[in-house]
Amino acid sequence: MTVHVELRRGAYHDSVSLMQVSRAVAGSPGVQAAQVAMATELNVDVLRQMGFDVPEGAGPNDLVVALRVDDEDAVAAGLAAVEDALRALTASSSDTGSADEVPPATLGSAVRRSGANLALVSVPGAHAVTETYDAIAAGASVMLFSDNVSVEDEVALKDAAAAADVLVMGPDCGTALVGGVALGFANVVRPGPVGIVAASGTGAQQAMCLLDAAGVGVSHCLGVGGRDLKAAVGGRATRQALRALAEDASTEWVLVVSKPPDDAVLDSIRAEAADLGLRVHWATLGAGRPDLTAATEAALQAEGVAVPDWPATQADPEGATLATGPSLRGLFCGGTLAEEALLVATDALGPIASNLGHEPALGATTTDPGHVVVDFGADELTRGRAHPMIDPTLRMERIAAEAADPTCGVLLLDLVLGHGAHPDPAGELADAVRHARDTAHADGRALPVVVSLTGTDADPQGRARCADVLAAVGASVFLSNAAAARHAVALLGGTR
Amino acid sequence: MTAPLRGLLGADPVVATSGVALFADALRDQAVAVTDAGWHPPLPGTEAALARVMADPRREEANATALARMTAAEATLVDVAPASESLGLERGTFLHAGPPLEWERASGPMRGALIGAVLLEGLADSPEEAEQRLAAGEFELEPCHHRGAVGPMAGVVSPSMWMYVLRDEVHDNTSWCSLNEGLGKVLRYGAYGPEVIERLRWMGDVLGPILRQAVRSTGPIDVRAIIAQMLQMGDEGHNRNRAGSLMLLRELLPGMITADASSTDVAEAVRFSGANEHFFLNLGMPACKLATRAAEGIPGSTVVTTMARNGTDFGIRVSGTGDRWFTGPANTPQGLFLGDYGPEDANPDIGDSAITETGGIGGFAMAAAPAIVRFVGGDVPFALAATRRMYEVTVGEHPVYQVPVLGFRGTPVGIDVTKVVRTGELPQINTGMAGRVAGTGQVGAGLVTPPEECFVAAVAALADAVPR
Repeated sequence: MTVHVELRRGAYHDSVSLMQVSRAVAGSPGVQAAQVAMATELNVDVLRQMGFDVPEGAGPNDLVVALRVDDEDAVAAGLAAVEDALRALTASSSDTGSADEVPPATLGSAVRRSGANLALVSVPGAHAVTETYDAIAAGASVMLFSDNVSVEDEVALKDAAAAADVLVMGPDCGTALVGGVALGFANVVRPGPVGIVAASGTGAQQAMCLLDAAGVGVSHCLGVGGRDLKAAVGGRATRQALRALAEDASTEWVLVVSKPPDDAVLDSIRAEAADLGLRVHWATLGAGRPDLTAATEAALQAEGVAVPDWPATQADPEGATLATGPSLRGLFCGGTLAEEALLVATDALGPIASNLGHEPALGATTTDPGHVVVDFGADELTRGRAHPMIDPTLRMERIAAEAADPTCGVLLLDLVLGHGAHPDPAGELADAVRHARDTAHADGRALPVVVSLTGTDADPQGRARCADVLAAVGASVFLSNAAAARHAVALLGGTR
Repeated sequence: MTAPLRGLLGADPVVATSGVALFADALRDQAVAVTDAGWHPPLPGTEAALARVMADPRREEANATALARMTAAEATLVDVAPASESLGLERGTFLHAGPPLEWERASGPMRGALIGAVLLEGLADSPEEAEQRLAAGEFELEPCHHRGAVGPMAGVVSPSMWMYVLRDEVHDNTSWCSLNEGLGKVLRYGAYGPEVIERLRWMGDVLGPILRQAVRSTGPIDVRAIIAQMLQMGDEGHNRNRAGSLMLLRELLPGMITADASSTDVAEAVRFSGANEHFFLNLGMPACKLATRAAEGIPGSTVVTTMARNGTDFGIRVSGTGDRWFTGPANTPQGLFLGDYGPEDANPDIGDSAITETGGIGGFAMAAAPAIVRFVGGDVPFALAATRRMYEVTVGEHPVYQVPVLGFRGTPVGIDVTKVVRTGELPQINTGMAGRVAGTGQVGAGLVTPPEECFVAAVAALADAVPR
């Protein structure tokens, strides 16, 4: 066995691209383990845990190439694989022509040079404020995908944007659809009359997919960031978005989708929306308010559209001889989907520990012997790593851990398809589900699995196909996230 | 009334991306026009200060003002006079290039030039005595920039040296620069032998008075107009001044040959000036100083108003932080060497001439001067790319200084420290190289960049200056 570690100073690539490089290299002949990563604190820890010695003085602008290979000969082959994978990255991103052409070096320059009307910022949170101001000054609206942006910065950014008559969608905005173009994570839905304003990424995706399943299309989906309807932000971006949609010729009515909002902010925006002469329906989660599916159904009925039966596949029960655990384990990539599942399940089960900012709160390990809902896209779980919809490692590890835990009675999972998501997420998740159920069964326990599958058949991954793949490993699959949560609760109640 | 959000919802999306390449690829898959900013982390440890400076509501307008003032500044040669008279320079005070410096930390060429100036002023009888008195701290040392003046290489100015006097009437500013000594063993490269002192005496006794008469008889000379023309004739105004020097001579000749001086002196003054390819440099520099001076002291502005080197430190000053210097150790230029000299003979970066890059010419206009690569190294595509790279770290383009090969695009002007720190792209400076040992003179020419820490420190200070 041979270990090769080298440092390439100043050779920056983003973490998602490097994850792809590491995977490609790890799959090469003779390579036992490979990690190609920027030498951030987190990555240096990961490398040390993998048994690699990282050279002193390595910093976040330096690229570490670490290989464990069969023998000396495999070092060269492994490095060649690294070069190929890195070259593939630059080949796809560089479109410069002659030798003296210089690509834009800042976002502001990229906006000005291309005449862009939209900027998409997905840099690590500590740098996101700088990038966003630069884009605003250059006159572009911004989809701010980055998280770990403070609420003070968010307010200041949104005020600067309003003064420049542009919109800041975010921070932590995963989904937008503008003029038929999907930004970040977004499903392929039919064009149509509904404008969506979303203080929620996966909530917006859920609503868009429900509308699509009902035969109703979307004009624009403007994300505003999950905190926009909280008191501190006061709905700044929501108000701008509603005013813009009121003037938009292709939008007939609007659905506002949100994580639990501040009541006073919601009331004030409702009043403002009424003055705009715009038909607005509200899918704003919260105790005592309808879930996203119910709110979408109400909007459809109000607009005179028939509500269809939402696609659902229920799995056969497992063998009656198997023991069953007592607790719900909801493991989510989508924050709003997690929030909705928590609300739905709490009604039936009582208090559920979560990392969603409610009591009871989970500790740093995010585990508890009782009912648990974890949002793997939460800020504290994405610092220094990619969003779980891109890098599902943490949740995959957790699924395996739950399978070995006798207190786990049902696994409630979400899976979101569309642009930006993994090309074959169902295959990966189905493998994890199969392994989890095999583990539980070998231990004499049942492990029912319920998947909330948000997507459309026009998505690159194809919703029906993904549902089949998951059903084949024994999972129940629902388009409606609320229905999935109710089914999980029912399974728990039925076996308790 | 235009549609809200600048018509975003009615237009075809054109997207610029910064960050994860996956998202740019996902947009390309939808046949959307995407331009990626190629983001990488800023210089280490700067993210908090950068965010604060970028959020400063004064920044955009302050930088627009800085750019407007820099490009509106005039530069007219109005007189030639001794430093004692024009600058009020006191006997025993010596100006030098770059940020403040003490004798103990001065490099070889800076020490050599100071020794030469002490000898020229008759304040010592021998180089040894001059050195002793300088080391004893008997004389005042002060940066040229603190007096609004600039000096190439060591930039040493003493009271008896004659200075060009340039005016910017728009902003009511004056700048000064010494007369160019030509190439070879010269004071500005740290040489102080008898021939150097003799030449300086001749310049004070003969050349200065003739040039003064020429300027006074021909009337003010528009230096900015000469810079605009020389950029279209293959000069970049820092290391290549051939066209500019000839144009300047053309302006001065009638006044020189009719000056009240012996025909021998006139002939020697004309021959000396005409033989000097850098005759114009000492006018281009104060012209750029007038431009950057007009942009000084604008609260919130992140535009660089000074880049200067003293052979030990590289220093910058920024509009929003006024007179404060941000320094770091000067780099040693990379380039081509004269004769048998090599990299080990070169002194670290020295001179106020980086004011040309600060004002938007020199290395920033390299695309206008592809022939420069024969002198400083590199190839022609490099020269073109150098100017293009500088557009990425500047706030605007110069309306008067244009580059023909780039479709008469204005030169990049107004270095923005936030852009330098964000991109790690350092200003490109073309420069001469002085010998490391006092008295050697010029050993080559090449390319150099400032040390990063100047810009890191400037951004931190700008962040501190943002009103809470």
